[in-house]
Amino acid sequence: MTPNAITSLRIEHITKRFPGVLACSDISLSVGKGEVLALVGENGAGKTTLMNILMGLYTPDEGKIYINNQEVVFKSPSDAFACGIGMVHQQYMLVPNLTVTENIALGMAQLQDGAKQDPFLTRAKRAAKLDLAAVRRHIVAISEHYGLAVDPDAYIWQLSVGEQQRVELVKTLCFGAKFLILDEPTSALTPQETDELIALLRRMSAELSIIFISHKLAEVKALSSKVAILRGGRLVFRGNTADHSSADIAALMTGHEVYLPVNQSKREPGKPMLEVRDLFVRGDRGNMALNKLNLTVRAGEIVGLAGVSGNGQRELAEALTGLRMIESGEVLLDGVNLAGKTPRQIIAQGMGYVPEERNIEGIVPTMSIRENLVLKDIGKPPFSHAGLISNKKIDQNADALREKFDIRCSGVNVAAGSLSGGNIQKVILAREISRNPKFLIAVYPIRGLDMGAAEFIHKQLLALRDQGVGILLISEELEEIINLSDRIAVIFKGQIQRTLGRGEATQRKLGMMMAGVKEI
Amino acid sequence: MKHFKLVYTAGVILLSVLLTLGIASLILAVLGADVLKTFWVIFCYPFTTLKNLSGVINIMTPLTIVGVGICVAYRSGIVNIGGEGQMIMGLLLAIVFALNTELPRALALPAILFFGVLGGACWGALPGLLKARFGVSELLSTVMFNYIAAQFYSYCLRVPLLDPAVAGGSGDPQTVKLSTSEWLSRINEVFPSLDKGMRFHTGIFIALLIALLVYLFMWKTPVGFKMRAAGASDRAARYGGISVSRYMVLAMMISGACCGLAGTVEILGVHHRGLGNCTGGYGFSGIVVALFGGLHPLGVIPAAFFFALISYGCSALQINKIPVPSNMIDVLQGLVILVIVAAKLVLANPYLMDRAQRRLCALLGRKEAA
Repeated sequence: MTPNAITSLRIEHITKRFPGVLACSDISLSVGKGEVLALVGENGAGKTTLMNILMGLYTPDEGKIYINNQEVVFKSPSDAFACGIGMVHQQYMLVPNLTVTENIALGMAQLQDGAKQDPFLTRAKRAAKLDLAAVRRHIVAISEHYGLAVDPDAYIWQLSVGEQQRVELVKTLCFGAKFLILDEPTSALTPQETDELIALLRRMSAELSIIFISHKLAEVKALSSKVAILRGGRLVFRGNTADHSSADIAALMTGHEVYLPVNQSKREPGKPMLEVRDLFVRGDRGNMALNKLNLTVRAGEIVGLAGVSGNGQRELAEALTGLRMIESGEVLLDGVNLAGKTPRQIIAQGMGYVPEERNIEGIVPTMSIRENLVLKDIGKPPFSHAGLISNKKIDQNADALREKFDIRCSGVNVAAGSLSGGNIQKVILAREISRNPKFLIAVYPIRGLDMGAAEFIHKQLLALRDQGVGILLISEELEEIINLSDRIAVIFKGQIQRTLGRGEATQRKLGMMMAGVKEI
Repeated sequence: MKHFKLVYTAGVILLSVLLTLGIASLILAVLGADVLKTFWVIFCYPFTTLKNLSGVINIMTPLTIVGVGICVAYRSGIVNIGGEGQMIMGLLLAIVFALNTELPRALALPAILFFGVLGGACWGALPGLLKARFGVSELLSTVMFNYIAAQFYSYCLRVPLLDPAVAGGSGDPQTVKLSTSEWLSRINEVFPSLDKGMRFHTGIFIALLIALLVYLFMWKTPVGFKMRAAGASDRAARYGGISVSRYMVLAMMISGACCGLAGTVEILGVHHRGLGNCTGGYGFSGIVVALFGGLHPLGVIPAAFFFALISYGCSALQINKIPVPSNMIDVLQGLVILVIVAAKLVLANPYLMDRAQRRLCALLGRKEAA
């Protein structure tokens, strides 16, 4: 069944409850033909729930959905597909060791199984008739029509994140989607890829309607014609994007004025705190991920490490914290060589680390918040005496840090893994900062966090800098790096491409250098 | 509906119990047994006399110790299926020592127990080392080590440790009997004033003590904390400066030590000599006990009692002239596990509870509280 064009989509009074949570409360929205609606809001505002209702993954407790002024009821995602609604999720649903064509064919077979009226025999028939050449022709036609460059014969594992996303888009379009829902489409993309995607979506919006979910206000301004803001499961604002500034939208999103802090300190940094000399480190596949890397960070200085992910950032962070073996080279922390030391010894030297994968590296998810807050210090006074744990001291520590770092939880005894991303990051930061480190490595500290949490984390990092701690900030978000850093080092293929002062760096310049251009 | 959650939880548990009994009744009915009488024998008969209750406690003793050992490994991220092998190696070393020592009872007993612990700890440490050093899956290595231990034990029983009394005869291979000074006393021997029926051996006190000590170790000391952290998330533990591989080996040593102790206690308390099949399969049923006890050393105690109860009850079916094979214990164990897992899944799913609540509200015709 080929769905008809969707000229309007309207949802009215949608309400969805989860145990103890009102995820969506009485939300009404409409999207017309060729419109791009930006759905913005903090984490937990109900954006994804609302979109999952539109996709038939959840059924609403109350409310109705209308397509072209006719009421529709979605019992499963295949009902939504059949009406022409397609969604690209935040996590791509692709099989790495199949080609693009095979992946899309796979989805088609599943989709049509679900949508077919005749429940018997079709699966076998369809498998027998699987015509990859036809699917391939279809893909080529779609990708030419929309200007989506996709190689139908490439294996998924060969593709970059941006290319994989295009595959997801082509897949959705091949299924006959006339209405696209994109869940945070730019969260994993480089700045260049983001620009390309925005241009692409703008072209596509001539023929399709699009809803996209985003935190990033720059994109919202660049792409959308209308904006809807959710807060705490309620629709707080609906209007034309052009009529409102980014600051207005940010304020509506968080419920208060947001100001992302900027490093304006004039204080001169102190002595070199971390010196990396001629560092060689192997990556997971045995290749040299760091290739004679040199870097110095001084006390009271934030050095931003900009780069497209996969250029050695993870390996650098792990080598500095002792989690990855150093092939050769020196790492001096306040004059002490860390090469060959265990993570435990490096922690004892005053190294703090906010890791990339906060949910599985930064915390032990099944342990309580109070236990996670003392993860690195449990064997030392005051948290243990004569081989016995002091629960009183651990509780006092947890209560104090919960207060100081505004960790929002029902109690410090709940499992840390049940917290939201922003609160998990606060737990990690609280632990690292309360240990009075000499040096802190922060990897993608605000990735996936909402504005309120990001603001808090950035303020903490700047305060730490002012106390004389050296900070290495690893990030792909150029805005974050430019806002916070005293100096910016650009990493490319395991080497520092160039180091720029705070005044010299612009997003454009950094973007080019991240792509490997040396001199600008 | 303030108490809905309580009612819901109780309801799910009650339903699981009824379900277990229902399925078991069906099986018994198919076997042609008197269902009610069978249940009476399994669940009530063990309580009828002190002698029966003592039998239950004697089964509970090794189950508790093994279960506690499995908990330690499991909490540290290792599934120890090698309990059987560790029991065997522990009790073997203990028997060899016991047969060759001239020490007085006050020294000999602790020393024999120590060698049991040592044997189990070493046998447990090997798969731990293999996993820590080479990443060998403990699921494979512990099972293989069970076979090695069983065959080695069988050889020892038949050749170097063979009781001359059965040599050349058709009897099952066994070692000579340990001298009575090396036995764990029965409770009525320690306290002569007690009823004659109180025949369980003092190993139960060792079991309870071990459960308490392991609980304190795992939850009240920094080392236990680190082991639990390493087990819950090895990457986070490594990041936190915890040497995951070291604690992995330590956890397997403790786990093996418990199993070795369980084997030794079983020999000193019940068999008084080395026999084939003297581990009673406790190395495996201990895993079930640990899971049933919520992987908590103190939870293991009631869990072990429960399994000891149905185990004793099933073995008493024959005496009570019920035409059901005593293998019924395996069926019951399996059923209990299935139902527990299912009930846990249901209870862990808040959506199901939410839906049940809304259905109930709709049924009662009340407006839902948002």
